[in-house]
Amino acid sequence: MPNKRSLLMGAHFMNGDVACAEGAIAAGCRFFAGYPITPATEIAEHLSQRMPEFGGIYIQMEDEIASMAAVLGASYAGLKAMTATSGPGFSLMQENIGLAVMTEAPCVIVDIMRGGPSTGQPTLPSQQDVMQARWGSHGDYATVALAPSSVQEMFDLTLEAFNLAETYRVPAMLLGDEIVAHMYEKLVIPPPDKLRIVNRKRPNVPREEYVPFKPDEDLVPPMACFGEGYRFHATGLTHDEHGYPQTSSSEAQQKLVTRLCNKIRKNEDRIVRVEETMLDDADVAVVAYGIVARSALSAVRKAREKGIKAGLLRLITLWPFPEKRVAQVAKQVKAIVVPEMNCGQMVLEVERAAKETPVAFLSKLGEEPHTPLEILEEIRRNS
Amino acid sequence: MVEQVTHPLSKYLRADMMPHIWCPGCGNGIVLNCFVHALDELKTDLDKLIVVSGIGCIGRTAGYTNTDSFHTTHGRSIAFATGVKLANPELEVVIVSGDGDLFAIGGNHFIHAARRNIGIKVICANNFNYGMTGGQFGPTTPLESVTTTSPYGNIEHPFNLVHLAAAAGAIYVARWTTLHVRRLTQSIEKMMQKEGFCFIEVISPCPEIYGRYNKMRTGLEMMEWYKKASVVESFSDPAKAEITKEKIVVGEFVDTEKLSYEKLFHEKIAQINERSIQ
Repeated sequence: MPNKRSLLMGAHFMNGDVACAEGAIAAGCRFFAGYPITPATEIAEHLSQRMPEFGGIYIQMEDEIASMAAVLGASYAGLKAMTATSGPGFSLMQENIGLAVMTEAPCVIVDIMRGGPSTGQPTLPSQQDVMQARWGSHGDYATVALAPSSVQEMFDLTLEAFNLAETYRVPAMLLGDEIVAHMYEKLVIPPPDKLRIVNRKRPNVPREEYVPFKPDEDLVPPMACFGEGYRFHATGLTHDEHGYPQTSSSEAQQKLVTRLCNKIRKNEDRIVRVEETMLDDADVAVVAYGIVARSALSAVRKAREKGIKAGLLRLITLWPFPEKRVAQVAKQVKAIVVPEMNCGQMVLEVERAAKETPVAFLSKLGEEPHTPLEILEEIRRNS
Repeated sequence: MVEQVTHPLSKYLRADMMPHIWCPGCGNGIVLNCFVHALDELKTDLDKLIVVSGIGCIGRTAGYTNTDSFHTTHGRSIAFATGVKLANPELEVVIVSGDGDLFAIGGNHFIHAARRNIGIKVICANNFNYGMTGGQFGPTTPLESVTTTSPYGNIEHPFNLVHLAAAAGAIYVARWTTLHVRRLTQSIEKMMQKEGFCFIEVISPCPEIYGRYNKMRTGLEMMEWYKKASVVESFSDPAKAEITKEKIVVGEFVDTEKLSYEKLFHEKIAQINERSIQ
């Protein structure tokens, strides 16, 4: 049991869900609203114990729609806030993820992916929600999604998701899967003063001069919180920089929605993270993420042992998609292999970036991710 | 020289949001008027008041009040407000929204917030239909009413909102019509001073849409109905608080005390942290 009122530090052996919860606390999250769902429940359970120790709030809402709405309320009241769910709950959250986008409410949504569609296979892993994370809510927008491959990353990337949410005022998503959520591994947590924690930009003008949705050069508006005397209005309607509804102005729609997309697109180079292994001289590149990337790494090593020049590009950021890097790699290799635990989602993005370079897709659904041998076989076929 | 005269209550409103979107004869302005009168009477600190609305005609209220305000997605005002209130219990959080928003799409959030006794205050303008989308029947539309989606007369039994709120656990429940301006204002004042989940239903005319299809084409005709039919039966059984052509039962139905969710939560936090220090 962790000590009360203290952040964890040092080496631990824990599962991914608990690591995610501890990452949130380390990031300064002090509000969790959620609804029990396999395989994300352990995040809620752990935070129901830990949040009160830090004076934070744990509330179990009546459903995921309400959970997401409460998270936005807490975010506007000034707290770092999150929820955690799996596919069916993620679907219900899409409505208010759109509201978070529109009102630029920083928050984190953890989706521990299980087999879908619908109720699917609650206790088994998948990577079937990656497109939903990008396009799940209606209307045009851009946001951030990160894909952890280990228990360590369940901690690190949860913290990073908060930093990105606070920096860009977006709902940031962590797309784990049942395996990284439930497996136990070593986790090393640096002391709190070694962690990079970002807090939202605050207004630096007198209250009467505050224009709540007027962006700075980075396209992100500074954020005041409820109860501080700024007396501002926010709405899910298309609005002007004052937050006032503009329901019939084409110009307002053009300006707002373009900025909401551009604040991610134009900051892509600052956001995107990938991990590269043996790519420099590779003839075949494997592009993978999440739990599948671990099998892919093993496959790439086995290929090298057999004299095949294979390399791995592991996507840590799924959204924005690391398009530039994938395009560069595509120019250099003969073929790209994309293994995913779905019927072909991120592979569409890879194909788009790869242009003429052939892309081979390897699907796997159900209990286990691809074995290294399955991926090795695909590398061999394409070498 | 012409003297500039400002309305004594103008500080409660965002003048730059005017003109409002409401139709002639609509009761929403009366609801807003009573609300700001109550704020004035209580000398409410506007910096600490958060007004939240959902979608619908009355949902624009959040934008019209000169406080921090948030206009949520349809039906989600209570869930959003729950997050606000828990994150900062010092804030006074008031929801002004409509019957369709709060009781159809948002019905689940309403009963659970009442059950938890979260300290948010809900004012529901009940106009018996979905006005903004052009007048479809909703969860409070009386039987046999004609709307654009019940052209042969409504066959759905309506909710009795005060009975629902009382059963779900609200600590203050009242119903008035927009004719009961003084009682409604006093009721809002009373509600604002309570700690816990409170609910006021305001029967409000929608002559341009609901009235048009139901032989009450002006706000005045609807107000005359309220005048003729309203009976104050305070602290009577809310289950029997009917709304019919002949009788509209109004009054206060529940006024009790119960520890609020936020109070219990913060007491729990204090206990936990005391234990850990020992």
